[in-house]
Amino acid sequence: MDIEKAILSVITTNQTKVGGGAPIFYCEQTEEMEKVAANLEAILDGIAHRLSNELYIIVKH
Amino acid sequence: MNEYTYPILFGVVIGTIARSMMLKTDYRQYPTYLHGRVIHLALGFIAAALGAVAVPAIMEKEFTAVTFLTIAASQFREVRNMERNTLTEMDGYELVPRGNTYIEGIAVAFESRNYLVIFTSLVTTLSYLVWNVYAAIAVTIVCYLVIKKFMSGSTLKELVDIEYQELHFEGAGLYVDNIYIMNIGLPERQEEIKKYGMGFILKPKNFDVRSTIANLGQRQAILHDVSIAMGVFRDSGTPALVPLIKRDLDDGRIGVFILPQNPDVDKAKRVIGAVPVLENAIRMPSESKASQKGSE
Repeated sequence: MDIEKAILSVITTNQTKVGGGAPIFYCEQTEEMEKVAANLEAILDGIAHRLSNELYIIVKH
Repeated sequence: MNEYTYPILFGVVIGTIARSMMLKTDYRQYPTYLHGRVIHLALGFIAAALGAVAVPAIMEKEFTAVTFLTIAASQFREVRNMERNTLTEMDGYELVPRGNTYIEGIAVAFESRNYLVIFTSLVTTLSYLVWNVYAAIAVTIVCYLVIKKFMSGSTLKELVDIEYQELHFEGAGLYVDNIYIMNIGLPERQEEIKKYGMGFILKPKNFDVRSTIANLGQRQAILHDVSIAMGVFRDSGTPALVPLIKRDLDDGRIGVFILPQNPDVDKAKRVIGAVPVLENAIRMPSESKASQKGSE
């Protein structure tokens, strides 16, 4: 089976909420997190999805 | 020169004219302007010649000539393959792809139009030989009407009511009316989508239409056609800016989210209404025997 979607990276301001296999970027503030997410979205050709106010994931569709 | 020369010539000319009439290069720009047209005109000429020659051959009791037509059939199947392969290969480079169902529909149209040409030149030659040139002209007109009928498939506006809806976000979720489209995380992307995006709700007019517009190929065809006609606010490497269609599972409505470069709502409505209904997407649940029994 081909896996179509993959989480390429995780960006968060709350380290206690995340863990696991994808690269995790820990940010101090929300603005920084949004900036990192926007950059990673462009670099990785994925889509930045917001799961909560302190957690973004970049997903390849 | 013999008694068959003029009838055959007549059939070939009429057949070729019929093919060029069916070869419209419209907003889709396909077949591509010059070379694509030449290919199909040439094939149309061959088809017309085959159709025209078949009648005199049979009149001369050369019944094996019919096998010619089978060669023609396999030849035109090849045309369908050729079109399918070309379009599929190119589809990867479209900003909003056509989708396989649309491509198959186009390929089938190319094949079937060649058969229409064979049919046209066959019956015109036949009527020329059996009656005279005036009868042949009358038959030509009938053929013209038949071809017109076969060429005009139905369009979406006959099946659905199209309604403009403002896009809105609930948290990170993008919605058209109450239909969830996708999760857009970044605030700047949300701004872009609010600025350029448009939402439409397509409401099926009856139960049969529900499954037709639910077809993923049909949905992709809508997105492709709108993107061609209205432009698209998107580039490679921006997967967040992708036009999408999602379905309301409760009542079969579909929510169309597009990113046109031309922010003209009325035009967008007209474009969506003019999207062809793909043959391969049409379903008729009401025609099923089981459902008819149930309604008695």
